[in-house]
Amino acid sequence: MTALPARPAVAGPAVDAVRLEGVGFVYPDGTRALSDVTLAIAPGERVAIVGENGSGKSTLARQLNGLLRPTEGRVVLFGQDTAGRHVAEIARTVGLAFQNPDRQIFARSVRAEVEFGPRNFGRKGIELDGVVEETLASIGLADEGRTHPYDLGYSRRKLLGLASVVAMETPVVVVDEPTTGQDAPGIRRIAALIAALSGHGRTVIAISHDMRFVAENFERVVVLGGGRVLLDGSAVEAFAEAAWPVLEATSLSATYPARAGARLGLGSTPTDAAFVDALAARQATTSGPGPRGSGRGPGSPPD
Amino acid sequence: MTRRIPHRLSGPDLGADMGPGSEEPPVPLVLRDVRYAYAGSQRWALDGIDLELASGRVLGLVGPNEAGKSTLCLVAAGLAPAAIGGRLDGRVLLGGRDTVTSASYEIAQRAGILFQNPATQLSATAPTVYEEVAFGPRNLGLPLDEVTARVEDALTTLRINALAARDPMHLSGGQAQLVALASVVALRPPVLVLDEPTSQLDPAGTRLVGSALAGLAATAATAILVVEHKTWLLAGLADEIALISSGRIVDRGPTLAVLEDERLVGLGVEPPPAIRLRRAVEARGMSLDPELLVGVSTG
Repeated sequence: MTALPARPAVAGPAVDAVRLEGVGFVYPDGTRALSDVTLAIAPGERVAIVGENGSGKSTLARQLNGLLRPTEGRVVLFGQDTAGRHVAEIARTVGLAFQNPDRQIFARSVRAEVEFGPRNFGRKGIELDGVVEETLASIGLADEGRTHPYDLGYSRRKLLGLASVVAMETPVVVVDEPTTGQDAPGIRRIAALIAALSGHGRTVIAISHDMRFVAENFERVVVLGGGRVLLDGSAVEAFAEAAWPVLEATSLSATYPARAGARLGLGSTPTDAAFVDALAARQATTSGPGPRGSGRGPGSPPD
Repeated sequence: MTRRIPHRLSGPDLGADMGPGSEEPPVPLVLRDVRYAYAGSQRWALDGIDLELASGRVLGLVGPNEAGKSTLCLVAAGLAPAAIGGRLDGRVLLGGRDTVTSASYEIAQRAGILFQNPATQLSATAPTVYEEVAFGPRNLGLPLDEVTARVEDALTTLRINALAARDPMHLSGGQAQLVALASVVALRPPVLVLDEPTSQLDPAGTRLVGSALAGLAATAATAILVVEHKTWLLAGLADEIALISSGRIVDRGPTLAVLEDERLVGLGVEPPPAIRLRRAVEARGMSLDPELLVGVSTG
């Protein structure tokens, strides 16, 4: 990706990309969605926000780009309070890919959809073409530029919604349930995209129920329940056995390798890779099966 | 949720050939060499599908993006080509009657469909969730008592009674999905076609839908065709799984056998986490006694 837009130039390295200070939100119909949410997210950080249906995740995402404004507390982006700033201005800092791509997509071609954001931010000519082509390639839609978005299936419309936000080159990208409806290659594309964004110093905040996706792609996990932050830690901390009651309190559960690792006494192993590493490490330090009879040596016959 | 009773998903009597005097009820859903192309498209989105689904059985449908899963749902529920146009070859029979020659109100009584995107499903006319769920049964012309009973039953089954007074257009994605599902369940169709019914649900909501569907199959003898990326859910729910790729069914069999099929990964379908973890362990030259992980929940 090319350089960041000028907007966050005021930000020094010590300034948080996103800071929520005691944020609360009550919908006009009286439904309280958020209570006293305090979070500081650094530039380039990858943060997953998880929680049960209706726990306030999408409401929180909308606070970040000004679509909704906190009824209590404040949202600060790169040191600047968002209060009083127009949503179009905030959109230069925070891009939000909606959970439902059909609420976002409006253009008549895939290419026009992706072009819209960067064009509005003043990109043009070769520069614009470069951003658009690179973004389309990153989600596997390079050959679909002329296709009408509604001739794509839901899963690819979802990728398009993501691409059109990524192409805006905002320093903060918020994605709401990015893996919904995706097959395994689609999820891998999204994972690679998130890694690339983060590698370019852009902050990625994802709302997700997909615990495996969260464990494998995010360095930090924020658990939301009843509109409050219940837990804020690394994936290893969030999926450790000690945290399971917190996850269960908001209808979530640890990943399978986390639960399998706990069963075998391997510690917190949120991903398949972490489980396999821990198992290999234990087999390396003990000559045979561990005290609780975990895996067998490489010479054992397969089951 | 696991149901391992002997069963038959398919068989020689197809219902299609049943005369008016037959004793056996027709097979609720039959597809015979079905090809379908969307309006304006030269490409067969479905390219020779044969499928039968008996009462009380759950068939899981898995496959990569754009394989034809959603198209198969539209065709099986009789919406394509009736409602959206396109070209259909072969026969689609709901309750033994060809969908092409059935009126839309007849089709609506034989199959209910849950769309992939719940926002598409909601009527956008009902002021409350309760009214939204009542919309379908009312349109069937049922007496008020029956409508009320069905709505309350559907809300209870999906544990969304607390949402009854809410505005359907102001729900979270997952809540909207449960409401959309409830509105189809309240129709009590003999065939339920569900396109990723849990895509926006948290793990607990996903398990809830799994047991609700198992309950419908077991107690209401509903025939259920369900598209699902969460193969762990199918592992405990589906009697059989069909793997679809490029508009064709390339594998079909008992759930666990299909989920162990090595081709799944190559076709973009994730095996359930237990199978994945076992393979990851084996790939490092180790092995793991499955007995050690018995009872570790997969979902």
